[in-house]
Amino acid sequence: MADQAGFAEAAMEHMPSLYSAALRMTRSPADAEDLVQETYLKAYRAYGRFEEGTNLKAWLYKILTNTFINSYRAKQRRPQMSDVDDVEDLYLFRRLGGSEGASVGRSAEDEVLDLFTDTEVKEALESLPDTFRMAVLLADVEGFSYKEIADIMEVPIGTVMSRLHRGRKALQKALLEFGRERGLVG
Amino acid sequence: MGEDCGQAIERLYYFLDGELTEDRRVEIRQHLDDCGPCLSAFDFEAELRVMISVRCRDEVPEALRTRVAAAIQAEAQRRSG
Repeated sequence: MADQAGFAEAAMEHMPSLYSAALRMTRSPADAEDLVQETYLKAYRAYGRFEEGTNLKAWLYKILTNTFINSYRAKQRRPQMSDVDDVEDLYLFRRLGGSEGASVGRSAEDEVLDLFTDTEVKEALESLPDTFRMAVLLADVEGFSYKEIADIMEVPIGTVMSRLHRGRKALQKALLEFGRERGLVG
Repeated sequence: MGEDCGQAIERLYYFLDGELTEDRRVEIRQHLDDCGPCLSAFDFEAELRVMISVRCRDEVPEALRTRVAAAIQAEAQRRSG
């Protein structure tokens, strides 16, 4: 049992990552703020049922994800995934792997980091259908394990793995489009 | 590309996600020690992942912090009152 009074202290530090996730999911600053506030209120009310010592951040994400699905998700017929069957392994590496260039005094890490801007990466991620976007966000941005993601999204681990696999391909495809626009790809 | 390369690339994301057993991790590390092309691919994907994570951070508006703190406070008072 967790003590309600300790909630704010324990939970507030996760707001930056929850807010970023809410922005990616809702794609609207106003909705993201409402979603975060609703998540915190729900979490506060349920905090008595939170088992201390377990992962608070994952628990908050679960509430955020559920709230998003139930109240904010745009009504859609079926999530449409752009065709990723033509996206092979190492799709982006094979097309951009050499274009980091070899400027003197720069690490390879900085070069990859500089391939795309904040706006491009956010847009690319936001272009994925909800369920794929969430899986990629939880794994690549937040570093949750497959098991944690399965728990947050309430799906089997196999589903998490296939959403990640397809979601990452779609993300690489979307990123490559930005690379093309900027002439990074020959 | 050898058989080992195919297997390493197939497991690349499980490796980066930290979802492989220690034995499999060791196998992959050994392969990467011997295989420059696979090492470049692994490095690229690892850095891409860092890039995605770094680029997807947003600053919390101060007004939101205030709003959430006030909402929790109000809820606490409602409960005790």
